Amino acid sequence: MSLRPTRAWALPLLLAGLLAGCAQDGGTGVQSAKLSMIQGRGKLVCGVDGKLPGFSFVGPDGRYSGLDVDVCQAMAAAIFGDANKVEYRDLNSSERFAALASGEVDLLSRNTTMTLSRDAPGGNALSFAPTTFYDGQGMMVPAASGITTLKALAGKPICVESGTTTELNLADRMREIGVPYTPLKFQTGDQTYAAYLGGRCIAVTSDRSQLAAKRSSFPNPEAHTLLKDVMSKEPLTPATTNADPAWADAVRWTVNALIQAEELGITKANIATKVAEAKANTNQADLRRFLGVEGDFGKQLGLPADFVVKIISAVGNYGEIFDRNVGPGSKLKLDRGVNNQWTKGGLMYSPPFR
Amino acid sequence: MTPLLRRLRSDLFATPADGALSLGLIALITAAAVGLLRWAAQKAQWAVIQANSTLFAVGRYPQDQQWRLWLLTALLTAATGITWGLLRSHPRADRDGLLWPRNDRLVLGLLAAVGLWLPWALRLAPALQTRWWLLAALLAASRWLAGRFGTQLSRPMLRLFPLVWPLIYLIGMVLISGGLGLMPVSPSQWGGLLLTMLTASFAILLCFPLGVLLALGRRSDLPLLRWTSVIYIEFIRGAPLITLLFLGQNILGFLLPGGLAPDRIWRAAWVLTFFAAAYLAEAVRSGLASVPKGQVEAARSLGLSYPQTLARVVLPQALRVALPAMVGQFISLLQDTTLLSLIGLLELLGVARTVMANPAFLGHNAEVYLTLALLFWSCCAALGLGSRALEQRLDPQTLSSSSSRP
Amino acid sequence: MPESQALLDPAHRPPWWRDRRVIPWLVQGVVALVLLVLIAFLLGNLIHNLTTRGMLLSWRWLGEPAGFDISETAVPFSAEMPYWRGLAAGLANTLRAVLTGLVGATLLGTLAGMASFSRNPLLRGFTRAYVETIRNIPLLLQLIFWYFVVFLSLPNGTAALQIPGVVLAKSGLYLAGFGQGLHWSLPQLVNGVWQAPLRLSVEFAALMSGLIIYSGAFIAEVVRGGIASVPKGQWEAATSLGMGWFATLRHVVLPQALRVIVPGLNTQYISLAKNSSLAVAVGFTDLYSVAETTLNQTGRALEVYLLLLGAYLAMDLVISLVMNGLNRFVQIRER
Repeated sequence: MSLRPTRAWALPLLLAGLLAGCAQDGGTGVQSAKLSMIQGRGKLVCGVDGKLPGFSFVGPDGRYSGLDVDVCQAMAAAIFGDANKVEYRDLNSSERFAALASGEVDLLSRNTTMTLSRDAPGGNALSFAPTTFYDGQGMMVPAASGITTLKALAGKPICVESGTTTELNLADRMREIGVPYTPLKFQTGDQTYAAYLGGRCIAVTSDRSQLAAKRSSFPNPEAHTLLKDVMSKEPLTPATTNADPAWADAVRWTVNALIQAEELGITKANIATKVAEAKANTNQADLRRFLGVEGDFGKQLGLPADFVVKIISAVGNYGEIFDRNVGPGSKLKLDRGVNNQWTKGGLMYSPPFR
Repeated sequence: MTPLLRRLRSDLFATPADGALSLGLIALITAAAVGLLRWAAQKAQWAVIQANSTLFAVGRYPQDQQWRLWLLTALLTAATGITWGLLRSHPRADRDGLLWPRNDRLVLGLLAAVGLWLPWALRLAPALQTRWWLLAALLAASRWLAGRFGTQLSRPMLRLFPLVWPLIYLIGMVLISGGLGLMPVSPSQWGGLLLTMLTASFAILLCFPLGVLLALGRRSDLPLLRWTSVIYIEFIRGAPLITLLFLGQNILGFLLPGGLAPDRIWRAAWVLTFFAAAYLAEAVRSGLASVPKGQVEAARSLGLSYPQTLARVVLPQALRVALPAMVGQFISLLQDTTLLSLIGLLELLGVARTVMANPAFLGHNAEVYLTLALLFWSCCAALGLGSRALEQRLDPQTLSSSSSRP
Repeated sequence: MPESQALLDPAHRPPWWRDRRVIPWLVQGVVALVLLVLIAFLLGNLIHNLTTRGMLLSWRWLGEPAGFDISETAVPFSAEMPYWRGLAAGLANTLRAVLTGLVGATLLGTLAGMASFSRNPLLRGFTRAYVETIRNIPLLLQLIFWYFVVFLSLPNGTAALQIPGVVLAKSGLYLAGFGQGLHWSLPQLVNGVWQAPLRLSVEFAALMSGLIIYSGAFIAEVVRGGIASVPKGQWEAATSLGMGWFATLRHVVLPQALRVIVPGLNTQYISLAKNSSLAVAVGFTDLYSVAETTLNQTGRALEVYLLLLGAYLAMDLVISLVMNGLNRFVQIRER
């Protein structure tokens, strides 16, 4: 039996197609399955809190704003060139890891603390990007209560959100200093603060930035004070899963780009000039590599070559993000503190882009 | 003493104990009513409802696509009016019915009052107010038209008319979620009353066939079917709904290949369906037990096959008896949608709690909760009344004095 | 010829798929096949997904320190105790809530059910209004209302509501009782904080109010149905014998009504036991709340759910067994 003419042509064509496909797969690009899926979908799905002013907050008009939101937008700009191609999912603390593990959200940018058990494959198996906000756990009390130290909270009820490292840290700290207390646990932040404002508990504990953020939206912010005690280290970090290391790398270097841009003095306003400058001068090697004018670092991550330019044009550098969301340009008015560049004594340090 | 006073005295003040009780109750009721009215009129600030009325109604549905929801509401209003009118213009053969009985006039007056007064009282935007007035007018007009011209409808048209409802349901799904040229709106943006109604109607529609199948399985002679149904029903009835909802959210992803899982809202809707089906099966089972064995024997002796017997003889009788219990289950299902707020879905209660978390509206919890309570109460009470009306229409001889909900 | 012979005669036998002896096996075979395929599919995926995450079934984590505290426990518990003790403390809280709820709801429901048959139309109307209002409003909404609107607006400290022996403040409900050394003491204000031998937290009080009032309405309907099932002749006979309303109820009607009431009560009690899981919404740490916290800290979804479902199923079984025993006891009373 001989192959019919059409079938005879099909075989070589099929082989050629296979070889061509293989050739495309190799080369300078490594495609992450997750990244391909996101590109195919046309938008990034980002898990956020949605109720935390300064970090991720949705206003009555449905618009999202905040530091975590800006990180999501930076990622979307890196992939699509358009910071608006993001779909936000409001997640509470109980469901955030399940949503990330199941693939319901691609990126968890929800003021999540990086811990060993969350990183480890035997634990939650998450992959963490560089920390975007170094925080610590604190305690807020009404100014009129006269409480200034943790020991003064002996025997009193303290409101805490369940399902967070906060409740564990609270238990550890209070046991360490030998102070008995009553924990009142609620499922969501709303209920926790509602119970605190309702007077049910004399104190509420959470990350200091979160306490400051919530306080800024209270009817009478000056009536509440944050205690000086810092009860734990809380590095707030965007997270993805261990399942796709290439995607995790793409996220990691997007965040690094934000930090590196501030170090190099590149802002949203001057990015265009900087690009022109980089294209014109061949001796500014660092700048050219960073902005994608030379080298193929973008392709190595599976992103466009000029992904850094797209990111900075969309959201600005880390310093700008910090200032407008939680710093002097916002209602929270937090100090840079340890969130400053390493050149200024802070902890923000990006590895080199080469 | 006039007859009225005499009757009052014998009813309320027959013995000193009775008299004291009556006085106590009167005092309590008056104090509560006066306190409530004074609070509602003076201290309560209803601005929280007005400012967030869209959030309560449709959640974060995109503003520019909300015309689709208005279209759906208009379609539903028209269909309701026409169905109501047709029901009145075609009364049961053995009873003479009025076209506008007293109940109807009351209900229409009430609905018109609510539709006309409420948007004004809530100080909604003029555009929204006009739309609600138009909807109220549409309801009244369609009711009147169907009542007046219903008898002129041909019999085939009349038999086909109930198909309008599934059709509207399908059109509604397309309008809400998009597709067919309409911009898709992802389920994570559905919220408020829209989401409540959607999940409740989805669960009610799907749990019905499933529940009937389970009830039949439980009464079956085949041991495998019986044991499977029993295990399923007892397992579901033994677990609190919130644990099942959490199971659906967290473990469902593990049960499917690649950890893929449908959207959170559909997961919750399916869990509600499977949950309600087990309870409905129990209600239908009692209905099936009430059908005399002779009915089945007679049908079989006439040559009807088992499926035909079920469909034409047993189920119609069984469902008629089980109707009050079934509607009771549906009402519970509507109330159980509030548990979706505990897994983070923004249906009516979830939206309410988000609104109250907004410090701008701090301390106004009571207004929001009372409005929600009123809303749920009206829907559930309406369902209960509808069930009694349906019972009456289907078989007045077995009208029960009150629905016996579990 | 008779049907049995017709089946044996090859010429008259119906085709095998319409043969009445074959159909049951055929149907069961198909159902069994479908079920097996479904279960194999689901279990296979479950095992595969859990193995890739390294989270296959294991119970060793139950012995590790919990790391979290529980606000009110009948069983002593602190953060360094293992997880299983935390879950046990949660179970103890649930049992506490369920038992209190059962007693309270039964009392309230019986009173309301009896009141529906009172001669006083005001009382009848009041009871009717109570039942119809409460039945049509979701329980979760009622619980949240009780906690966030009623109990959180209670005054605190010296402004607390006080009647002799009972103090109702925002920090809890304080009752007089036997303190240390069996010595009767009243609630006292010490350093601005109320102390008393018997103290109920506001969370528990809110949960109880909501559960008792909600289940009470349903139990009232069950009791009403039971009393209505007693023939009117019994009432008339009792009245003609000179018995008062309450005496009639107690000696004539209720014993007969109980036969109808007890099965209905079974459903309501199980319903109440399951509704106690809504305690998580008012901040009361019951079994479900502790299980949720454990799940978040350990990530062991499957094991936690098995424990949770097992505990609730066991509770339902116990309630059903007790009620079935009661049912038999009540039935025997008939002549």
